[in-house]
Amino acid sequence: MATKEEVKKLATLARIKIDDADLEKFTSEFDAILAYIGQLEKLELSDVKEEIPALHNVMREDGKPHAPSAYTEKIVTQFPASEKNALVVKQIISHEEIE
Amino acid sequence: MKKLNEMTITEAARALRAESASRRISVRELWDACSEIAKAKNPELNVFLEIFDADEAAIENAQKRIDEDATSASGRSAPMLCGIPLAIKDNILIEGKIVSAASKMLANYHATYDATVIKKLKDAGALFIGRTNMDEFALGSSTENSAFGVTKNPYDITRVPGGTSGGSAAAVAAHMAIAALGTDTGGSIRCPASYCGVVGLKPTYGVVSRSGVIAAVSSFDQVGPITKTVEDARILFDTIRGQDTLDSTTIPDGLYSENKKEIKTVGVPRNLFAGILGEDMLERFTSALEKTGCNVVDIEIPSAKPALAAYYIINFAEVSTNLARFDGMRYGHASRGETLLDDYLLSRTEGFGEETRRRVLLGTFVLSSGYIDAYYRKAVAARVQLTREFNDAFKKVDIIATPTMPTPAFKIGEKSDPLSLYLEDAFTILANLTGMPAISIPMGFVEREGKQLPVGIHFTAPHQAEKMLFTIGNTVEKTL
Repeated sequence: MATKEEVKKLATLARIKIDDADLEKFTSEFDAILAYIGQLEKLELSDVKEEIPALHNVMREDGKPHAPSAYTEKIVTQFPASEKNALVVKQIISHEEIE
Repeated sequence: MKKLNEMTITEAARALRAESASRRISVRELWDACSEIAKAKNPELNVFLEIFDADEAAIENAQKRIDEDATSASGRSAPMLCGIPLAIKDNILIEGKIVSAASKMLANYHATYDATVIKKLKDAGALFIGRTNMDEFALGSSTENSAFGVTKNPYDITRVPGGTSGGSAAAVAAHMAIAALGTDTGGSIRCPASYCGVVGLKPTYGVVSRSGVIAAVSSFDQVGPITKTVEDARILFDTIRGQDTLDSTTIPDGLYSENKKEIKTVGVPRNLFAGILGEDMLERFTSALEKTGCNVVDIEIPSAKPALAAYYIINFAEVSTNLARFDGMRYGHASRGETLLDDYLLSRTEGFGEETRRRVLLGTFVLSSGYIDAYYRKAVAARVQLTREFNDAFKKVDIIATPTMPTPAFKIGEKSDPLSLYLEDAFTILANLTGMPAISIPMGFVEREGKQLPVGIHFTAPHQAEKMLFTIGNTVEKTL
């Protein structure tokens, strides 16, 4: 059964923050949901192998590319922050010495 | 004459082309009729997240195409959808318009291109009334999970419209649009169609392009029509279908070739709903089936019950994977903290609603090492077995029928615990697991607390046999 620590760990992996009140609620709901989906364990499967999909090898010939920067302006307007046509992000490499 | 906004696609197309001037309507009049009702009813029903201003150029152009047909010697070339106002679910991209998937995460996101289905509708001359409310990222069964408030069922505003395409179904039922597009991941077109008394089709997996559709569960999602009649569903389906180089999961015509046949026998997997269906629901279902004039036989699909567990495992897994792209970096809700990790955490925590967060966590769980074999891989195997059982059943029967939903629309807030809501989808999820096409057609009304509430009958056909669904749908519709 799910514990608060487990749910917290999942949240860390999924890059989501859960406050303590929600943690309680999520943990008890998880118990019910996992108990339900856990019934699948009892399902007997008769020699089911990976099905070969009817559709395969979807490739196309290289076509003519669109004109350079045809979509740039539209896409840049959706950036949270931009400088000219570049996306602004946090500096992640520091020049300071690591102690 | 019927009020213009109450017309079907077929009726409106005819009225737009009527020979006698007194019966003829203009594209403008049709647009105004729908738009006025949409604006008048929206404060109460919360169907549209945005009602668009009239696109004068598109209206004029549609009128021109219809007018030219009248004088052209070669006759008709303007498609049936020319000048028809449609409602579009808020997870389908229309260039320049906001497309939010009813999430705070995308509340201010403007689509940078048209979805393929939108391109096809624009080419046909269709008009767009607005974008409709839904469960956030298409996760739910009631439209209660929208970040922008619940949509009300037009038949009883204390009840849900179903979900996740609740806004689209309610728009059609309340005549705020002539027809609508929805998307279906586990019943998201058919559930609201049943609750709102309209027709909803989930096409065969791969028949309609998903380029420009916000992904929920990529191995289940399909776009499909929500309409007032079966014939309208066929018209809309014929317009949006077809292989697309922008979606490599689309399939060519005739990939499953031998699947179109006459309908003589309907199979009913009765063990699936024995004991959970109300007496009046069963009576409606049985009477609708009788009227098809087909031979009705009981069939066994042993994996159908445990399939719901498999469905949710795959749903959680793919949702958590698909929604990993929302990180607050390139577009969508972007919150900034001390570190880069804070940026991710804040953006995702603020941007996602409760059900979305729940499914992302559950998906992370079923895919984590140590559990992936017990959950995800077992679910994928169960899916293969279920598909095999359906294929076997189709050797004995031509089409398979169940009620669309176990009940009519429930009260807003009634199913507050997530598991009880998940269990509602037991019949519809089967077609998403197998990839087969399925349709919900109104089968009459049942009474709850003094209100007449619509309910639907559900048919599933073999892959690419949508035509069979339209045939049987027409029969049910006529005999209702």
